[in-house]
Amino acid sequence: MFRVTTEPLSVQQVNDLVKRPTDGAIVTFDGIVRNNFDGRPVRYLEYETYAAMAEKKLAEIGAEVQQKFAVGEIAMMHRIGRLEIGESSIVIAVAAPHRHAAFEVCAYAMDRVKADVPVWKKEFFADGADHWVNQN
Amino acid sequence: MHITVTLFALMRERAGTDTILLEVPAGAAITQALATLVSQYPTLEPYIANTRFSLHMDFVDPNTILAEGDELVLIPPVSGGA
Repeated sequence: MFRVTTEPLSVQQVNDLVKRPTDGAIVTFDGIVRNNFDGRPVRYLEYETYAAMAEKKLAEIGAEVQQKFAVGEIAMMHRIGRLEIGESSIVIAVAAPHRHAAFEVCAYAMDRVKADVPVWKKEFFADGADHWVNQN
Repeated sequence: MHITVTLFALMRERAGTDTILLEVPAGAAITQALATLVSQYPTLEPYIANTRFSLHMDFVDPNTILAEGDELVLIPPVSGGA
């Protein structure tokens, strides 16, 4: 499953989506809203997306890794809208027959998301300022 | 012909809108549409160099020829994930 959603993410739910009796490993990445940007205190974040393209790109990344690597099911969910410190912004679960492929593909899929999925993060700082990441 | 330009994130804020209807010559490439866009919305100019372009939910080259009714989506540097 490849989704962007405004609903809170459940690591367990994403994990369960990929579980199969043939796969002996699931590696799940849980991306968390951090309370600072290079030490500057952050109050909360907002994520914006081009939803239709984001879900298409997530699915393409999923198809790509299934073709290239010995993995089973993969699921990626990205949360959109306002997120508070400590909430999950993205959850990626990768199942595989053996652990090495699951670890490798989970990290690789996350790198691909950061490169090509149209989602944008705006940070709201404790001092009242805000900025779009990577856009100035 | 007419196309629409869709903006997100900082460019949306700078333009003050998320959708712009543009009139461009028939057979215009994305690069020509961008010149028209920037002439009408000069506040977008500083960001164009770092922007990617999407048609029909795929990234496309800026030399791509546009068709009547196309939705050209400007994709500024993405920052998804954690």
